[in-house]
Amino acid sequence: MTENTAVSANTAAQKPTAKQSSHLLEKAMKALFFLCACVSVAAVIVICIFMFAKGCPAIAKIGVGNFLFGTDWSPRNVPASYGIFPMIVGSLYCTAGAIMIGVPIGLLTAIFMAKFCPKKLFKWLMPPINLLAGIPSIVYGFFGMVVVVPIIRNLFGGTGNSVLTVSIILGIMILPTIVGMSVSALKAVPDSYYEGAVALGATHERAVATVVFPAAKSGILASVILAVGRAIGETMAVIMIAGNSTIIPHSLLDSVRTLTGNIVIEMSYAEGLHYDALIGTGVVLFVFILLLNLCFNLVTNRKDKG
Amino acid sequence: MIQPKLQVKNCDLFYGDFQALKNINLSIAEKEITAFIGPSGCGKSTLLKSLNRMNDLVEGCKITGDFTLDGENIYKDMEITELRKRVGMVFQKPNLFPMSIYDNIAYGPRTHGIKKKADLDEIVETTLRQASVWDETKDRLKKSALGMSGGQQQRICIARALAVKPEVLLMDEPTSALDPISTIKIEELATELKKNYTIVIVTHNMQQATRISDKTAFFLHGEIVEFDETQRIFSNPKEQKTLEYITGRFG
Repeated sequence: MTENTAVSANTAAQKPTAKQSSHLLEKAMKALFFLCACVSVAAVIVICIFMFAKGCPAIAKIGVGNFLFGTDWSPRNVPASYGIFPMIVGSLYCTAGAIMIGVPIGLLTAIFMAKFCPKKLFKWLMPPINLLAGIPSIVYGFFGMVVVVPIIRNLFGGTGNSVLTVSIILGIMILPTIVGMSVSALKAVPDSYYEGAVALGATHERAVATVVFPAAKSGILASVILAVGRAIGETMAVIMIAGNSTIIPHSLLDSVRTLTGNIVIEMSYAEGLHYDALIGTGVVLFVFILLLNLCFNLVTNRKDKG
Repeated sequence: MIQPKLQVKNCDLFYGDFQALKNINLSIAEKEITAFIGPSGCGKSTLLKSLNRMNDLVEGCKITGDFTLDGENIYKDMEITELRKRVGMVFQKPNLFPMSIYDNIAYGPRTHGIKKKADLDEIVETTLRQASVWDETKDRLKKSALGMSGGQQQRICIARALAVKPEVLLMDEPTSALDPISTIKIEELATELKKNYTIVIVTHNMQQATRISDKTAFFLHGEIVEFDETQRIFSNPKEQKTLEYITGRFG
């Protein structure tokens, strides 16, 4: 009995210090976590400041209208002209093409994977799709250059470096984003919806198409928006297969230059206003991405509200 | 003897290696309410789900025995969609689709090929009236069904099931997620619907069985211990186990 009391007295005496030190550690860790969180936020802020501080004065100097809607990009001419309209159009065309190719394939794949694929097959099909996301973009570029460009050239003529080629490669590149997120969205739909539909006599296909798919639509839309972001921002693979001439493409087989391509191709030798105009091109791209993110947040918030 | 609406003969059901139902024999009469009672895991919901083949969705589920609806074998002679049209189901938790009330009710009829708006309008109104939830919903038919209360949602679920003009209505503990007042409304509704439909209801609530059902089957460990007039089951059961269960000695 006495021994017991002694022991408990002992632990009681030790307790406060142990508590204090663990409390301290907790505080320190909390600070560390907070710091880590700050790093990414700070990075975004610094990038924003850099882009706008460097890019906006140049845009102002060139003139917003001349810069955004000018169709002539000849920075080495005297006088130089800095119209990035062909690149804006080029980026939009390529992204739209990628969406037209990637979204239908991606969505149908996702529906198959989530609702029709036998479990055993799923185990074999999903990893390769996810692997697509891990392939470096330079490899996609190579693939495009060595395989797709010659095919397009042989089939349709021209050089093969074209809007169509870029769209095909970007369409493949956005597949894992669309499939991965859409599969999760479809699988997150409560089974009770599905059961309710089949209990009314709906076939599996009808239940999936008319109840499960609509219930997952905000997640699916979010995946498409992310995919658009990926397509519009892609650089390396694109410049290898786009042809990169600074004129507005008038057909799917015309050469095209994107906003990202414009920056990469000329950054190494640009100076003065030319250099700043390239950063201005980056600002335009950045604004596109910000708008897409805004859309993404609107769509996903709507999902939370149910 | 009149042919029973639904008949189950020598039914065994396995989930993988686990035998959930053992040699079930049961006849369900037309335009009556039949209640399934018993402790959790006794197989009552499992049997209910076999009656419209919802167990087909469960992986590793094997069923043997004969299930007939008006003498037709539901596992052999009938398209599954046709069966589920004739044998409707109301689930434990209201499971309305995330769409408008109107579209929820119209889902079944549309599935079975009714497209004309006038026809659908009529079905929506009739079934919502039948499920006595018309007054609460008539001004908001185009709004999301998920904005209604739990009890209202469950009655809309019943309306949705009625919209395909079923002959049998299976109810899987339809009031277990509801408050007492909503429960009473559903019970009144079931009693009312009995005039036109054959109803099978699984319930944990023995008072509910006594209040609304004509016949009661008592399940234990995958077997039917006793099946009789509800009144007799609750006043003078033949089996000792039934007596022990209804007097609250286990379960």
